[in-house]
Order: sequence, then structure tokens, then C-alpha cells
Amino acid sequence: MIEFTMPSLGADMEDGTLVEWRVKYGDFVKRGDIIADVDTQKGLIEIEVFDEGTIAELIVKEGENVPVGTVMANIIPVGEKVSVKKKSRIKKEPIKQIVNKGSIKIDDQLKISPLAKKIAKEKGIDLSTIKGSGPEGSIVKKDIDLAVVMKVESHVEVTGGKKEIAVKGLRAAIATAMSKSNREIPHFYLETRIDMSKALDWLRESNRQRELKDRLLSVVLLIKATAKAIKEVPSVNAFWENGLQLKDSINIGFAVSLRQGGVVIPAIPEADNKSLNQLMDLLNDLIPRARALQLRSSELSESTITVSNIGEGSTDKVFGVIYPPQVAILGFGNIVEEAWAEDGELSTRPVVHVTLAADHRAIDGYLGSRFLMALKKNLQKPEAL
Amino acid sequence: MKDEEAKATILRLLQEIAPDIDPEELGMDDNIREVFGIDSFDFLQLIIGLDKEFGITTPEEDYGKITTLRYLIAYVKATK
Repeated sequence: MIEFTMPSLGADMEDGTLVEWRVKYGDFVKRGDIIADVDTQKGLIEIEVFDEGTIAELIVKEGENVPVGTVMANIIPVGEKVSVKKKSRIKKEPIKQIVNKGSIKIDDQLKISPLAKKIAKEKGIDLSTIKGSGPEGSIVKKDIDLAVVMKVESHVEVTGGKKEIAVKGLRAAIATAMSKSNREIPHFYLETRIDMSKALDWLRESNRQRELKDRLLSVVLLIKATAKAIKEVPSVNAFWENGLQLKDSINIGFAVSLRQGGVVIPAIPEADNKSLNQLMDLLNDLIPRARALQLRSSELSESTITVSNIGEGSTDKVFGVIYPPQVAILGFGNIVEEAWAEDGELSTRPVVHVTLAADHRAIDGYLGSRFLMALKKNLQKPEAL
Repeated sequence: MKDEEAKATILRLLQEIAPDIDPEELGMDDNIREVFGIDSFDFLQLIIGLDKEFGITTPEEDYGKITTLRYLIAYVKATK
């Protein structure tokens, strides 16, 4: 029997509230299936399963808040004899009853998923105004999400309270993780500046030949160059948990800032194996969902190193605090025009300042420096990224 | 096209890109990216939105010409 537990989506997560089971007793699940929605300090997260088998028991009830590591369900692995007869202890309360406690009236004929109902209630969305896009016109979660976004005129009233609470939770989560990092990780810092002329010239030319919707942002070059540099110096791609644990997959956590404060760090899995186009597609998907605090469990827990790109019109340098148990965070400043001396000549170049904050228990200055030099070299050959 | 129509469409696009902004905050000569915290990702979404709404393809070289609402409205009218 496999015990499916409340996952940890980072060092800062202590507990989560089960909002909805997406599976029921007897369902067959495989790796990557989303089996539950859990409300955490990082928003409503779709929880994936990493085993294959049959759901034997759903232990945690919808609405229940449980600590990380709590057994939420039992799964009978493939090949194991299915002898469990007992049914789920969960007795689902009819959602209608819950919803009716609020002010929203639901037409008995309305087809709507339980999750959509729940979110609609939380966000104060009038269901009679929504056209469903699910099977047979049923209202599903994305319809409600859209309705929340579209409810512009009463935006502050609708999302202000709820989102403020979410952002406060996120603030607390960041505080926990960063305090732990500062307390436990002996940081050291390295910095270099990189001439971005070749990279930006290449990007400009490439974008000129692309359709608008396919244009690339300079950040995808930075991400890919980072991933390739990690391949050369894999020591920066690791966890420090009872000693150094090097990671095989290069999953770059990409820090996404929220306008109202807070940062969410979804993972870009196996960034070294992705083309620039694939990386851009991924960002197009990840960034809006990260800002809406709607990410999947794996996206929040799989990062092996973090990249913080402070972006255009911002400061020239950023010195990061490592997200434990990772051992490194890379900071890209704003690309600025600076004086550049080379071969006895002085000129101006677009320059990015890159900093590496690293865990001195895991890495030394020599390796950190090699990593930054590899990154610098990669950005001089944008056509090879 | 009247200025007010262009303005309303542009503000709607910005609101779709950044749902948590208040369009009322933006003056005609304010720097759009600074006031709303629009990063390069959001800005690209705005450029794509301008194409959808007005049928204009903005080259990257012109990004510096559309920093304020006033400039952006003039750019849309001149390019459309």
C-alpha cells in the first residue's frame, strides 16, 4: 500500500487545506495525475500523484487542514492484490448545502463542478451570469477564474479581501523560508558583468523574423545559458539535506514577482533540454498562473536552483537569499548601457550584472566562479543556445 | 478612431494583463510601465493585444515610443 501524504511545496510550507478530491474510491491513477486541490499559502494548488495504482481510501476530508506529511489517501500499487473492500471514510457533504449557506442562489438545473462552485462562493461570483465551457455547457473552474478576472468594475471588492489574505499568507511563507535560509545557510556572493551585445543583436534579428506572438524575451536566453552552465558545473544544482545531494534534473526555479508584493517560484523542468521556443511557451503559461497563485504541486516543489531576474527599468544588481534546501540563487540585474574597456579600447555596451549567492557548505568560490564564467561564455554564443 | 475609444481599449488591455491594477491611477503622461509595474513579459502581452485590437504590428525598435498613454494613443492612430 502506498501512503499519499500532504506534500511539502517548499521549506516554508507547514500545512494545507484539502479543498477537493479529484478522485474517488476505486479510481485508477497514474504518475502526474492531479488528484486533489489543496489551498496553501501559495494559492490553490493542484496536487499530483507520483505513483500508479488504485485509490483504496480517501482519509482526509474536504475542508480539513492537515500538516505536511499527513497521510491523505492510500493507493494500492499496480501488481498488488486488490483486497480492500472498505469504502472511503469520506462522506461528501453535498456542495449545494454549503453554497446555500452563502448568499449565492444556485439554480437546481445548473451544471457546475464542485470546485467551481466552491470558488464561485469564495469569490462572490453570481453563477447565473456565467456561461459554462465544460461538458454539456457545465461551469468549470476556468469559467469562474475568468469571471473573477472579468469582474473589473467591482474588482477590489471581489478579490481584494481574498487576495489580500492570500498575499499575507505568502508573506508569512516567504518570511519562514528566508529566515531559515539566513539562519542556517552560510552565504557567499560572487558577481560578474556580462556584455550582452551579441545576445541582444541575435535576439533582435530573431524577433524580426518572428510573428508577434512568437517573439522571445531576453530572459529565455538567460535561462537557457544558465541551464547550459549548470551542465558544466553541476555542483550548483543541488540540495543541502544531511549533506550534499547533487540533482540530476536541471529544474530552474524562476522567481515571479507579484505586483502587490511577494514572490512565487515555479520550476522550469529540465531547462537544459528545452529549446528557446519551448522555454518561452513555458513562461507564457507559468507567469500568469504564478501571478494568479494557481500552480501545480510539482511546479512549486521541483526547483533545484533559483533564478531571479529583476528585469527592465529596475536595479542593476540583485543579491539573492537562497531558497532552502537549494544551494544557489542567481540574480540578473537590469540590462544597462555601461562603459566597457576591451583590447585597449573604450566603448559602451549593454551589460547585465549577474550575482551568484551560494551555500558555502556545498560550494566554494572556485566552483561558483567557474559557473559564472561558463554562463558568460554561453551568452557570447546566442546562436548555440 | 477617437482618442477616447483608443484609450478605453488600451486600458482594457492593460487591465486584462494586470488584473490588480486600477486604470484610474494612470495619467496621460505617466510612464505606463512604472505606474503599473509592467515588466517585459506584460509589455509583450500588451503588444500582442494591440495587434489583436487594432491590427498593428509594433516592431521592437518602437517600444521606446509608447511609454505613456498619450504616446500610445498617438502611435495607434498613426500606425493603424
